[in-house]
Amino acid sequence: MSQTTREPRKKRPLRKAPFVVIPSFLLLWLIGVATGEPARVLEQAMQVCLSCIGIG
Amino acid sequence: MEFVRKWVQVIIGFLTNSSWAFPFTKTIYQGPLKVICAPGLNCYSCPASTTYCPLGSIQQLLGGLRFALENGQHYFGLSVLGSIGVLGGLFGRLICGWACPFGFIQEILHKIPSRKFGIPRMLSYGKYMFLLLFVVVLPLVLIDEFGTGHPWFCKFVCPAGTLEAGLPMLLLQPNLRNTIGLLFLNKFVILILFLTWAVFSSRPFCRTACPLGAFYALFSKVRLIKLHLDEAKCTNCKACHHVCPMGVKFNESPDDPECITCLACMNKACKFDAISLEIGGIPLAVPDRGLTPASKP
Repeated sequence: MSQTTREPRKKRPLRKAPFVVIPSFLLLWLIGVATGEPARVLEQAMQVCLSCIGIG
Repeated sequence: MEFVRKWVQVIIGFLTNSSWAFPFTKTIYQGPLKVICAPGLNCYSCPASTTYCPLGSIQQLLGGLRFALENGQHYFGLSVLGSIGVLGGLFGRLICGWACPFGFIQEILHKIPSRKFGIPRMLSYGKYMFLLLFVVVLPLVLIDEFGTGHPWFCKFVCPAGTLEAGLPMLLLQPNLRNTIGLLFLNKFVILILFLTWAVFSSRPFCRTACPLGAFYALFSKVRLIKLHLDEAKCTNCKACHHVCPMGVKFNESPDDPECITCLACMNKACKFDAISLEIGGIPLAVPDRGLTPASKP
């Protein structure tokens, strides 16, 4: 039977980068929404894009 | 955990493709849910798709940018970039491993018994070329006589579009079959090539050509949820190298842009708890066998 030793968990520092990156992109999304872009995206997504799927 | 991941892939695949009226309507879903961004590569011209494809949308918006600006509309693709940026910041390429229908299809194909081959690391840079050139530069720069750019990646490369949208639409709308030409043939050959390659190599499209994977890969060091290597516990046994479907040598490169966080290295390979999942630096509860290198058998 192998003997094992249990180590106390070391506390790791909180990584700050995700908390900068995520709000930055959230801000971009909000700017896009404010310019009315989702309506244009919806308009495009509701049409069959023939060239996109290789037909026509 | 692999069982859970497979179920998550199936559920997200169904959620992003949950409009099953197409056998009767003979066309795509056209409801308001299509304002939601699909996390993975999921063509919005797929008859069952209820979300929009971020790659398709961004190419369309960039292609129509001149026209939009002339009409006083500032459609730079910021809402799309913001959506995938938030997803990238939260999950990075975990999305490839858990939420991409085309990645799931390639995984299924790779289960077909055959001789398996690796993919040279150098080919993984191809996807960044597709992202920069086919998704951003060409739709923005090369314009037709009407002043609009084309969705170059969707039009000339995307095998997911051919599989999820091109072929089903040809079945649903027989009149479209008259318009089949070189464009479709080119995309069909690319689809067959990647599906065949997926039998012999793990996730070839994700690793060599997917621009969405390339975008999410940019977040490999800064994403909120990622795998962590405890160097004190690692014995350099290289067990993690052998199970990785993306060819990542995790103990040598813990923030590798190719890592899709499928957890195979953590659950199937590492016997010493050197690999754990963390959220923003805080480790998630994982079974801790309490082994230290000194006590390893």
